[in-house]
Amino acid sequence: MQDALLTYCLRQADDLLILSHRLSEWCGHGPVLEEDIALTNRALDHLGEARNLLAYAGTVEGKGRSEDDIAFLRNERQFLNTKLVEQTNGDYAHTIVRSFLFDAYHLPLAQALLSSSDAQLSAIAGKAVKEAQYHLRHSSDWIIRFGDGTAESHQRAQEALDDLWTFTGELFVMDAVHQELVKAGIAPDLAPIKAAFDATVDKVLSEATLKRPADGFMASGGREGKHSEHLGFILADMQYLQRAYPGATW
Amino acid sequence: MITKERILEVLHFVKDPEIPVIDVLELGVVRSVEVSPEGKAIVTITPTYTGCPAMDVMKADITKELVKAGVTDLEVRMTLSPAWTTDWITAPGKAKLKQYGIAPPEHTADIRALKGGLPVVECPQCGAKDTVMLSPFGSTACKALWKCNSCQEPFDQFKCL
Repeated sequence: MQDALLTYCLRQADDLLILSHRLSEWCGHGPVLEEDIALTNRALDHLGEARNLLAYAGTVEGKGRSEDDIAFLRNERQFLNTKLVEQTNGDYAHTIVRSFLFDAYHLPLAQALLSSSDAQLSAIAGKAVKEAQYHLRHSSDWIIRFGDGTAESHQRAQEALDDLWTFTGELFVMDAVHQELVKAGIAPDLAPIKAAFDATVDKVLSEATLKRPADGFMASGGREGKHSEHLGFILADMQYLQRAYPGATW
Repeated sequence: MITKERILEVLHFVKDPEIPVIDVLELGVVRSVEVSPEGKAIVTITPTYTGCPAMDVMKADITKELVKAGVTDLEVRMTLSPAWTTDWITAPGKAKLKQYGIAPPEHTADIRALKGGLPVVECPQCGAKDTVMLSPFGSTACKALWKCNSCQEPFDQFKCL
């Protein structure tokens, strides 16, 4: 059970850590000042939740690893995030669609984790759920603005959606590790979360006059540590300092 | 041996590093203050926003002020649950925020969540209620950016949470 719980903590934490890193790449490059600030704020919220989960993972593991050790001293194959969050920023439509798809999953997940039998996961979700609400509001507003905007913004948003849709399946996969935790009341069943995700996506896309892509081939493997080519580059950037100067602090 | 009352006095000197007019007690982040039978001072705080970088600074500042007050044995603990809410900002704390030019969180998080909309926010400069939110994200994690349609000034609002 402890092994499954550790894996689960890392899966949640890595989604947030990697998405946070991607969003932080926009710092100083946002299309308008408000959005530059919005994305860095979101990156900070995701990082905060990731830190809580990584610290907890260290406790569950019981080998004395700190949140920093786990974040900075693991290799690609040991990261358990979905492939969705490691996809490149692309244009602003891609960045927003990636966050929207994640937010539509993250909010109902955090709400469900409030009643987890694991007190710490429930406490972490209690903090996250409030923030996840305005994250989803932010990304939804932009999806609608793009989709229901100009011909070009509509086309770009639709392209981003078509490109990234294939990465959504992995968010809802329940493997043996997950099933074990569902039985123990620690992790939620993902079926109702998928239903909430579908409802949000359908509602926002219809208002945005965008077309929901068909569920075809879905990417997988991230939860087992098999990633797209992008993750290695992210880690090279993120981990450089701790690898070059082990134990450096400031 | 230090008393609980003395610790509370000392905590008034610890300000929010990003909003230096309000202290940690007014902000509502101090959840408990205890003195163990052995004389150890234990202060438990809770983070406002999960990623708030000010929390580490507050923790260090609490330690610094207590040491300055002569406490040698102390611990600052962090707790996540129950989650912090803007309802815990005290009335004097809210008044100070307003004076500083930050619209305090007026409505409870629950009422806002029920309505699903944005609250009516009074401009901290001129007091007008004809204001509009420019962005839900501001200069720090806890603030949103608003504009007053009456005096035309932009202002920060402490987000309801």
